[in-house]
Amino acid sequence: MKRIVYREWRLAPQRYWGLLALLAVIAGMGGLAFWYMEHQGHWVTGMTNEIVWGTPHLFAIFLIVAASGALNIASIGTVFGKTTYQPLGRFSGLLAVALLVGGLLVLVLDLGRPDRLIVAMTSYNFRSIFAWNVLLYTGFMAIVIAYLVTMMERRLKGYYKAAGTLAFTWRLLLTTGTGSIFGFIVARQAYDTAVLAPMFIVMSFLYGLAVFILVLMFACAQDGRPIGPYLLKRLKGLMAIFIAGVLLFILIYFLTKLYGAKNYDLVNYYLVSGGRYTLAFWFGWVILGLLAPYGIIMHPALGQDPKWIAGASALVIFGGLASLYVIVIGGQAFPMTLFPDKTILESGFHDGVGGQISAYAPSLPEVLLGLGGVAVALLITAVGVRVLQFLPESLADKDIDPHAAVKA
Amino acid sequence: MANALVTGGRVSLGLAGALLALAVQAGGSPFVTPGSQAAKERSCVEATDFMRRNHMEVIKHQRDATVHGGIRSTKHSLAGCIDCHVARDAQGQVLPVNDEQQFCGACHDFAAVRLNCFDCHATVPAPAPGKAAGSAGQALGGASPGSSLPPGHPQPAAR
Amino acid sequence: MKNPSDMKNSSAVIDEGRRGFMRTAAGVATVTLAPGVLLHTLAHAGSPGQGGGVPRAEPVTDAVRYGMLIDTTRCAEGCTACVSACNRENGLDLQEMPTGADPALWDRQESRWIRKVKVQDNLTGHVSNLPLMCQHCEHPPCVDVCPTGASFKRADGIVMVDRHLCIGCRYCMMACPYKARSFIHANVEEKLTLAPRGKGCVESCNLCVHRRDHGQPSTACADACAAEGHHAILFGDLKDPASPLSQALAKLPSRQLRENLALNTGVRYSGV
Ligand code: SF4
Ligand code: SF4
Repeated sequence: MKRIVYREWRLAPQRYWGLLALLAVIAGMGGLAFWYMEHQGHWVTGMTNEIVWGTPHLFAIFLIVAASGALNIASIGTVFGKTTYQPLGRFSGLLAVALLVGGLLVLVLDLGRPDRLIVAMTSYNFRSIFAWNVLLYTGFMAIVIAYLVTMMERRLKGYYKAAGTLAFTWRLLLTTGTGSIFGFIVARQAYDTAVLAPMFIVMSFLYGLAVFILVLMFACAQDGRPIGPYLLKRLKGLMAIFIAGVLLFILIYFLTKLYGAKNYDLVNYYLVSGGRYTLAFWFGWVILGLLAPYGIIMHPALGQDPKWIAGASALVIFGGLASLYVIVIGGQAFPMTLFPDKTILESGFHDGVGGQISAYAPSLPEVLLGLGGVAVALLITAVGVRVLQFLPESLADKDIDPHAAVKA
Repeated sequence: MANALVTGGRVSLGLAGALLALAVQAGGSPFVTPGSQAAKERSCVEATDFMRRNHMEVIKHQRDATVHGGIRSTKHSLAGCIDCHVARDAQGQVLPVNDEQQFCGACHDFAAVRLNCFDCHATVPAPAPGKAAGSAGQALGGASPGSSLPPGHPQPAAR
Repeated sequence: MKNPSDMKNSSAVIDEGRRGFMRTAAGVATVTLAPGVLLHTLAHAGSPGQGGGVPRAEPVTDAVRYGMLIDTTRCAEGCTACVSACNRENGLDLQEMPTGADPALWDRQESRWIRKVKVQDNLTGHVSNLPLMCQHCEHPPCVDVCPTGASFKRADGIVMVDRHLCIGCRYCMMACPYKARSFIHANVEEKLTLAPRGKGCVESCNLCVHRRDHGQPSTACADACAAEGHHAILFGDLKDPASPLSQALAKLPSRQLRENLALNTGVRYSGV
């Protein structure tokens, strides 16, 4: 095996600064949106006392989930000793940290009192899974950075495997924690199931990988680094497995929910009668976000074409956002069963009168804040690959894994 | 021995505080808002100089005792600060304590320390007793002279 | 014992029931006995913003647990006396819609502590009316999930939010099975001394905690309901077997809402 040579991103200055400027503008608009929401209060959003978590949370959770997933590539290389993936380890770690920063930023900036962040850092309620998540996120950041150092610093090579294993274990905990934020909510029918924790893990595998493939292909295309067909084949193969995994968990979710008669109405809501949430579930998540990319990857001709693989990744990302729309917002919009076997005829507080779904329409600032987080994540990645040696000079099969080149 | 030292220390601190309070009193205490109850008092609820430096700690301690323990009897309540330090204009209207020219507002402005008690807390005293509108459970008085609210509301508007 | 202005003060409290009156009188007496020294205490004892009555001097203990019984058969259709009383007592009626807001949206964003609900049984068609507010769970999910410990349960069973710690994450609103909590979506210009309120924090019914801390016997909603002649809300101490609440609970069949969650709520309902 040849020695892998890592190089900073070599883009023409105009192109590089143009890209940064574009991302900075989007991030800046997110900042303005934050300032506006913070100054006015949340009445300028579509969030209400029924839909308490809205679009910012959708983006934040997507980014956080994708962050732990993006680290997978490094983990496969380190923990499972797959040498093909090892050259991608650094980039995978960078992307994971960047996505996490973007996601946390959105989460924090949406707080009612973001100025009290210090309270969240100093005053803990250890019964709260949310408090644990604060520790998991900060820990993840520190561990991945340490892991990156062991990859990039020859003298620390000895710790590489240990750091990688720790990072992998931690990321599993992290996504379990994120899933549990919902899983532990006994009050709401759509949540209240332990299945959500492993489901979030599989979702993170998939969404993180899709973001990784797309960003990697973009970064390499920009300064003409080749990506070998064998490597691409391995990556898309992984994606196919994860898609199947998510489909399986969707099935398990509904089967657990169908087990008790009390949840028939919930399943009916998601699959048939939930209006925009049903649409988002079937068309956004299942068809466009899972089945279509699966079809593309498996297609004998399209599945070989890098452009189509990039397209499939983009679809998966779209489906990921749709899935969180369904879970986070759809789950809240479903009326709480305050009185089983009774219908609410009138209420002074919008309690799902006659089984009505809670209304929610995102406002522009919310969307901008979410996109701002995405931009920050990409900004960090772009600066990272430019100033440090994160990307291998070539990802051609012969350069990273000569045996693989032969097989391909 | 150690105890005696501490006690001694406390006594001398207390003495210093008392002296300072007296000195301020003699000098006509320019720091409270003219016309407020505070202007008529000999000192704040603790030695004035102590309060000047430590009022935030005192209030913070009281806040936890009140919110978690329900203790509302002590002299260290924020409502007490407002009752005492609020001033009125020529028409007898109460002036919010956090206004730029008023007790809390002026000093925090000068010291450039953000004052966020009044994000949530009322800035004028609750109305005077004895004016209850008689609605059930409202021993809370009607509109005070400075109030813009209809009579019978528990408390006047606070800006 | 008293000068005329003290008399006036006490007379305002008489409505509160004999107990409150007696305590106030006692408080005033103490003050008169030791003039100069207790000057400040006097200012507070009589201060209506503190709720009238004598302010609590010792921390609350778990010797009491406050709760309610709501007799839905007495709750009148169309009556919202309890809701208006709560809004007034706790300054909720001082919230103002921000200029430029959409009224329909604002209606879902405004804070409410208590609401009237009308439910019909799907099988029998039986209709009940009831007020719904924070149920003051013994095992409150809102407290479990709160990352900073801002949501807490007082020793006397009252569940409330320490606004000084609340970061406005709204996880407690996700977790409350009764949708009892509200987020403050806009700046609050006018607020009461006894009910602080500000943008960015979460709040919910606190069983008129200021009244509890001044030894008053009841809550705004229960008083208003009684004043209307309905007597559907009975407030009291669940731990005192002699309290009217405990007596009524022993007699009437009652239940917790969503009893399957086993939260052991402090608010109980009968007839639904
Ligand atoms: S009813 Fe809701 S807000 Fe009240 S204690 Fe229970 S969970 Fe908390
Ligand atoms: S909104 Fe406030 S009270 Fe509710 S969980 Fe978050 S920090 Fe706790």
